[in-house]
Amino acid sequence: MWSELNQKLDFWNIMTLIMFLFFAVFLIYPLGSLLLGSFQGSDGSFTLEHFQTFFEKKYYYQSLLHSFAVTISVTVLSIAIGVPLAYLMATLQIRGKGIIEILIIISVLSPPFIGAYSWILLLGRSGVVSKFFMEHFGVTVPSIYGFSGILLVFTLKLFPYIYLYVSGALKKMDSSLSEAAESLGVTGIKKMTTLILPLVLPTVLAGAMLVFMNSLADFGTPMLIGEGYSTMPVLIYSEFISEVGGDAHFAAALSTIMILITTVIFIAQKYVVNKKSYEMSSLRPIQPAKTKGIKNVLAHLFIYVIVGLAIIPQVTVIYTSFLKTRGAMFIDGFTFDSYRKVLDRMGDSILNTYVYGIIALIIIIVLGMLISYASVRRKNFFTSFIDTIAMFPYIVPGSVLGITLLLAFNKAPLLLSGTASILIISYIIRRLPYTMRSSAAIIYQLSPSMEEASISLGYSPMRTFINVTARLMMPGVLAGALLSWITVINELSSSIILFTGNTRTMSVAIYSEVIRASYGTAAALSTILTVTTVVSLLIFFKVTGSKEVSL
Amino acid sequence: MSTSIKFEQVRKDYDKNTVISNLNVMIKPGELFTLLGPSGCGKTTLLRMIAGFHSIDGGTISFDDQSINDIPAHKRNIGMVFQNYAIFPHMTVYNNVKYGLKNRKISKQEMIKRLDEIIETVQITAYKDRLPNRLSGGQQQRVALARAIVIHPKVLLMDEPLSNLDAKLRIDMRRAISEIQRSIGITTVYVTHDQEEALAISDRIAVMKDGFIQQVGYPDTIYLRPFNAFVATFIGHSNLFTGTVEKENGTTYVHLTKDYRVAIDTLTEEAQAEASVMIAVRPEEFTLSEDHTGIRATVKHRNFLGKYINYELVLDDGRSIEFTQDTNLKNRFIEVGEVVHLEAIPEKINVFTADGETSLIAGVTRYVE
Ligand SMILES: Nc1ncnc2c1ncn2[C@@H]1O[C@H](COP(=O)(O)OP(=O)(O)OP(=O)(O)O)[C@@H](O)[C@H]1O
Ligand SMILES: [Mg+2]
Repeated sequence: MWSELNQKLDFWNIMTLIMFLFFAVFLIYPLGSLLLGSFQGSDGSFTLEHFQTFFEKKYYYQSLLHSFAVTISVTVLSIAIGVPLAYLMATLQIRGKGIIEILIIISVLSPPFIGAYSWILLLGRSGVVSKFFMEHFGVTVPSIYGFSGILLVFTLKLFPYIYLYVSGALKKMDSSLSEAAESLGVTGIKKMTTLILPLVLPTVLAGAMLVFMNSLADFGTPMLIGEGYSTMPVLIYSEFISEVGGDAHFAAALSTIMILITTVIFIAQKYVVNKKSYEMSSLRPIQPAKTKGIKNVLAHLFIYVIVGLAIIPQVTVIYTSFLKTRGAMFIDGFTFDSYRKVLDRMGDSILNTYVYGIIALIIIIVLGMLISYASVRRKNFFTSFIDTIAMFPYIVPGSVLGITLLLAFNKAPLLLSGTASILIISYIIRRLPYTMRSSAAIIYQLSPSMEEASISLGYSPMRTFINVTARLMMPGVLAGALLSWITVINELSSSIILFTGNTRTMSVAIYSEVIRASYGTAAALSTILTVTTVVSLLIFFKVTGSKEVSL
Repeated sequence: MSTSIKFEQVRKDYDKNTVISNLNVMIKPGELFTLLGPSGCGKTTLLRMIAGFHSIDGGTISFDDQSINDIPAHKRNIGMVFQNYAIFPHMTVYNNVKYGLKNRKISKQEMIKRLDEIIETVQITAYKDRLPNRLSGGQQQRVALARAIVIHPKVLLMDEPLSNLDAKLRIDMRRAISEIQRSIGITTVYVTHDQEEALAISDRIAVMKDGFIQQVGYPDTIYLRPFNAFVATFIGHSNLFTGTVEKENGTTYVHLTKDYRVAIDTLTEEAQAEASVMIAVRPEEFTLSEDHTGIRATVKHRNFLGKYINYELVLDDGRSIEFTQDTNLKNRFIEVGEVVHLEAIPEKINVFTADGETSLIAGVTRYVE
């Protein structure tokens, strides 16, 4: 009897229980109450009026249409840029390839709203480029605000997903495939469309899903550059802010609609990719070939222009952070004033970002390792359930998650609103999937006999996990943790809803500075964030000896 | 003192699928006991039940009469050698071997002494400070063996430890394992599906099929006196005949074909007159007849294999049989197309009940202690 109970209470069962409770309290309960709330009238009775209102008033439903217009255009454009870029980089010898790859990674890992804000600095009403054209040629550049601006920022920010995914797939493609095609007389464009495209299609779709989800959920970009071109996250945010004091049932209904859409897209994508994916492994990856003449020049031009555009926001931000400012204007001359101001007035936001980020990261690593291990090696109903639940935030837009947490934890006994904990919890829940996924991937590659060897040598399952499994999982865990960390410190959509005066983070501070047109300090803060991102990336490369980031 | 292992009515279910239903066997202290059988018969399953990596769903497994059913894997004190070696890639060879010892309450000197000893014994001294990813398969296998033995486990378990090695190395390692096992006298359960390996290395062998033990015996008993037709055909090759028993003037005969019978005095009482039986004759248990008695057959193929010659012959009813002949110059070699008569050597052949399930040879039992 005792021994039976003892066996039931082994390390992994206890851990499973703890993880289950964590997600029950911080994810299932808040999302559940959000869902219920969206069907409640102000007196608590069941109603569909919020959904009715949404679909009846143009002001509301057009945000949804806007969102779709933006995301679909962005996804198509990103594919149109990302796929050829990956193909050229894989098949041709490109000068400065190493640097180009790093620049692409940096541009995808930097916060999206920095892109919006730099493009305003350049092409906005009083932007440098706009003014230059106005003064010298009397030409007005087309407005950057609204749909086209959102499209520009999102595309330049998100095409790297497609590029990185497709590059990965091309690396796995054996050159014998391509050679076989050539020996059959199929070359050039025809080879690309008949052989290579179909093979990388599942990967393109997977990348497209990421682009779609990211552009659908992003709040900062349309908020800054949209100017009245309202998308769903913006609508949710503004409805939520104006409803505060009330019980936010309408914002809840909007959130429910968003979650419904992302869920459907996610499932559809999974279904398509599962049906179409091919197992590929390459003994002899495709070797980049030398080309000459016009083809070579055009290829280089295409790559340099695209990557140049993608990295412009970072360059602009770093450059302007050292400019002298007067009010919202940059004036001639260099200075550290912006940094001084930032440290004076916003030092707390820097500290908060690092402290919350590190706490969240540690918990993410621990949870990510435990959950992925339990769901791979201790497969049962509970561990699979936790695994699915933990991946769910992947498709919940940040602002929705922020609202959910705020509504659920603004009263006793779990009064967390306004504390640092609620921000950290939101980071953990949002960014855990990265670490979980890459940890799970590496466990599949580890032979279970390694653990069994340790157990048979007298180490308990827990000590075996610490001594052997955790050690061998490290490369995968670190790759995921890097992404979790970078996306945590850049997080805006849920922070903007959850922060209070004491708990604001760098991204929130940058956002408010941009809104206040205090561009110098915003640039200085953004530079600090970008440098942190780059340094983290370099440390990761150094520690793991790898040269790649898996998204 | 070595440990005995006892299986009583052991059962294993995967979900609702029972792969072992009622297994009983006793492994003696210090012996090298081999589980041999075709793929999927449950060898690995049984081994992992001893190790504690699979639950025991019925019956008991005991070490020295103490049930281990409720002891978790890490407290069973077992040394295990895995098919893929499972050497920890993040530790040097020395630290791999030391890993299990670090966990035990022994003095530092004792630890160093034991490590030096085992490293010497399995001959890995030369590369003890290397990381394992640069070792050959055979070297890794030695490390795995050292790591399992150095903790002085009660029993040593090996699941096809040699199957990833090339043929020559397999024979070297087979000898090494056998010597080391004998010198420290540790009870060992060894899994293989290679019958030659089993015959060479084992003290006793259990031949398994579909989760049942078909026979337990010494290598020679298993080969010479198989308990049933499955064992007779799985270990080495046997030509099977269906025939009948005949008793005449106090002599017992078995008919291999209608016209050919052999007098046999090794049968039990159970073999009654006129009973139909199954007869197993190994290729080397035939001789060439000079006087046209025996089984008539036509030579179809001849394979010269050095030590002996292997013939494939066709009987009049169209069945094929195999016959081998020593390459002794005194022997008359036969040619393809030739018609010959083969006689079976009565004291060597095996006779089973008609269903092939039970031997009718006196003194042959399923379990040999
Ligand atoms: N984890 C499992 N779940 C379900 N069935 C299993 C599992 N492991 C093994 N089996 C089944 O149990 C039976 C015995 O398998 P086992 O691995 O013990 O065979 P084996 O004798 O070791 O074979 P091999 O020589 O191929 O290694 C097989 O029918 C197999 O399909
Ligand atoms: Mg097996």
